[in-house]
Amino acid sequence: MAGKKQFSTFTVDRLLFGVEVEKVQEVIRYQEMTRVPLAPPVVKGLINLRGQIVTAVDLRRRLGLHERAATDLPMNVVIRHEDGAVSLLVDEIGDVLEVEEESFELPPGTLAGEARELIRGVYKLKDTLLIALDTDKMLNLVTTAARGA
Amino acid sequence: MGNMDDIIREFLVESNENLDQLDRDLVTLEKDPTAREVLASIFRTIHTIKGTTGFLGFSRLESVAHVGENLLSSLRDGRLLLNAQITSALLALVDAVRQMLVNIETTGQEGEGNYTSLIDTLTRVQEGEKKASAPAATAPPSPPAVLPPAPEEMSREPVNADPALPLGEILVQAGRVNSEEVNEALKLQHDGDDRHLGEILVEKGAAKPAAVQDALQVQAEARAPALSDSNIRVDVSLLDKLMNLVGELVLARNQILQFSSTQQDTSFLNTSQRLNLITTELQEGVMKTRMQPIGNIWSKFPRVVRDLATACEKQVNIEMQGKETELDKTIIESIKDPLTHLVRNAVDHGVEMPEKRQASGKSPEGHLLLRAFHEGGQVNIEISDDGAGIDLERVKQKALEKGLIASDQAARLSDRELLNLLFLPGFSTADKVTNVSGRGVGMDVVKTNIEKIGGTVDIQNRVGHGTTVKIKIPLTLAIIPALVVTSGGDRYAIPQVSLLELVRMEGEQARKGIEMIHGAPVYRLRGNLLPLVNLNHELRVEGSGNGSDQGAAVNIVVLQADDRHFGLVVDEINDTEEIVVKPLGKQLKGIPTFAGATIMGDGQVALILDVLGLAQLANVVSEVRDRGVGEKTAETESRHDDGESLLLLRGPDDGRMAMPLSLVARLEEFARTAVEKAEGRYVVQYRGQILPLIHLSSALTERRQEPRNSGPSEPGTEDEKIQVVVYTDQGRSVGLVVDRILDIAHQAVKIQKHSGRQGTLGSMVVQGRVTELLDVKGIITTADPNFFSEAVAA
Repeated sequence: MAGKKQFSTFTVDRLLFGVEVEKVQEVIRYQEMTRVPLAPPVVKGLINLRGQIVTAVDLRRRLGLHERAATDLPMNVVIRHEDGAVSLLVDEIGDVLEVEEESFELPPGTLAGEARELIRGVYKLKDTLLIALDTDKMLNLVTTAARGA
Repeated sequence: MGNMDDIIREFLVESNENLDQLDRDLVTLEKDPTAREVLASIFRTIHTIKGTTGFLGFSRLESVAHVGENLLSSLRDGRLLLNAQITSALLALVDAVRQMLVNIETTGQEGEGNYTSLIDTLTRVQEGEKKASAPAATAPPSPPAVLPPAPEEMSREPVNADPALPLGEILVQAGRVNSEEVNEALKLQHDGDDRHLGEILVEKGAAKPAAVQDALQVQAEARAPALSDSNIRVDVSLLDKLMNLVGELVLARNQILQFSSTQQDTSFLNTSQRLNLITTELQEGVMKTRMQPIGNIWSKFPRVVRDLATACEKQVNIEMQGKETELDKTIIESIKDPLTHLVRNAVDHGVEMPEKRQASGKSPEGHLLLRAFHEGGQVNIEISDDGAGIDLERVKQKALEKGLIASDQAARLSDRELLNLLFLPGFSTADKVTNVSGRGVGMDVVKTNIEKIGGTVDIQNRVGHGTTVKIKIPLTLAIIPALVVTSGGDRYAIPQVSLLELVRMEGEQARKGIEMIHGAPVYRLRGNLLPLVNLNHELRVEGSGNGSDQGAAVNIVVLQADDRHFGLVVDEINDTEEIVVKPLGKQLKGIPTFAGATIMGDGQVALILDVLGLAQLANVVSEVRDRGVGEKTAETESRHDDGESLLLLRGPDDGRMAMPLSLVARLEEFARTAVEKAEGRYVVQYRGQILPLIHLSSALTERRQEPRNSGPSEPGTEDEKIQVVVYTDQGRSVGLVVDRILDIAHQAVKIQKHSGRQGTLGSMVVQGRVTELLDVKGIITTADPNFFSEAVAA
């Protein structure tokens, strides 16, 4: 098993992203959201996950990508986090992929902006690239953003 | 080893409970040194501790407990009478034992504390007795560890009898009494002698008091385990988890009920109805497991008061009413320290020295009263002393000295505002700093802690006659009543504790009602300017189409934030609901306007507004605690102009009638069909209880009886609403059915023409029209002569 890792994958703005499978609590379809006024813009709203209130973070906004068309309903990738669950809003859910540790590379220096902080690296798959996200950093940054607001 | 740990843990839990009981018992005993049952209970506790510690190998603890036991046995046998000195020694013993228990809990060892002086004291106290009351004793005083049993103890044989038997038979079996005597005594009881069997036997001289006592103890010991069999200890975290799950269940139930209203299937409807009932009962049950009587924290106070009074050389007795009043465990925990502080304050600052009390014609012993009771879904706690009260001049002086107020401000302050100064940080009126209080940390911390859990604190001062601190706190924090409003298309919940009233203006009124002061909107609420805050604006969301400036209706929610009133303008006011409070994720903690979130009946999330945070955001109150001084607060107005708020109604014969708003708990509207008849009275179901109704028209019998539609004789015949004014007294409510509610007016109550008619106090001019003032209590008493007496008993 050494050198292999399982990733839960999803697409955002036609890019393939992945989060370590053990960090994902569950994947659910679109949920009605309640917006939170005065919250940082990346916080899209609150969803009711079986009675638990979960903050939904829009990955497109978080990563500085194009806004999702209003008619496209995002899916929820619910991440286990230190103080409860947080949902990442993504475009489409992909498969769980097993990747070789050898195919990993750090993000290129040309990758600029805030996104660089959030991307741990890239796995070179046969016909595409899988971008590995650093969930801790991503959600912690949300925290600092919220404080700043 | 694990086994051993369990034993020790159980011993610790049990001993700690016992020690708390000891504190209480000792203080009780000091008042009534002859109370044998109390003494026996103390003796048993110490005895148990001694026995268990010996078994577990805590020798130091055992030796201390042993001396205590010896002393107690002298007391129990009546060779020694409890006095203050002995009580202090025994309390010191309890403290020492508690200290060692803490050591055992944290380190597993009983600690290195040196208790020889305590042992000496205990021995000396006991020997003092020997010299005084038993000079003939030949045994020289000896160290406690080898103290021979007292002579009388030697002569006593252990009572060997089946503990399940009646007292008489135990005594007979033990050979202390012969059976004829018991039969005679039983016959006396049978013939109406209501003394206990033991008392009869002792008085007849058939049995020695000690023998009866021993027999009673045998019985008591046999009964004790039965009690513990019916109780188990449960981890609080398990209860918390259960509470959360029940919260979920309540939400799921709400969703199913909402869905079921669209369904026709009877078996589904029946099942969801049953689910509804079971969930409600389950919720109540689980809530109950978390409820604890307030007596649990009060039980420490007699000891606190005693120690403190002794230290201050004062005499104080403490009375507690409503010990059984129950509160959620988390709330109990968080009011413990504030209450202790207030009690200490009352003894230290409130009650005067005995000489001073006598000089002012009071009994030398001060009286401290703790009272707790439920009222309107809240718990009220009052701490009153009959001391000197608060000297407002001195408060003013201190505040000036400390620079908390400016001198020109000071002159303008009303009594009430002066009292509020006590809650400012860094305020203390104690002339000298004692180790008890007067360090300047205090009332502000009390206030902050109480407000943190959604409560309020209020001081009532009667100069020369004492001070009363009134605290109001919610029953539970997990489920709260809230008002649901809509703003910008989203729903928000406003905790009911901050809610004062609702104002709705339509058409012309809406256009004219809101006035501007240099861009800041205000509304004239009964003559006072109420600053308005627009929720859409503060939350930076768009209004829902018919914005307030379009001339449509304006909804104002009048809220209270930290003594300051303000009006929150919202798009729509929906309903009041019980909501389950859920925390927000870490990502949203930084937003001051939200206190949490909840899930509504349709499964959607709604945010809970943090009224104080919102007020700060809108600059209604400043973030620094410098407000409330010298500025007019709504509360002061209502108390200091001599006016009163009056609810205006249309009376049965079209006349105008008024009643004080302070007597109104709520205004409700019920469908006429909801009125039922029970025990010959009209009632409606209201908040899970039965609310008796009194029709104003039938209460005012002398009036022309021409009720249009409001005939009390035929409820249910017409499909329309009835207006009900709910009056609540000590947890009992009654509804006054009125024709129509007209308005609320604020003015001085001066009866201009006294009335001889039943049900009214007289008439006066309100808003330029002659208005009769209702005698609300009189009307209720006439309809239900027992209402007030029962309310007091409830």
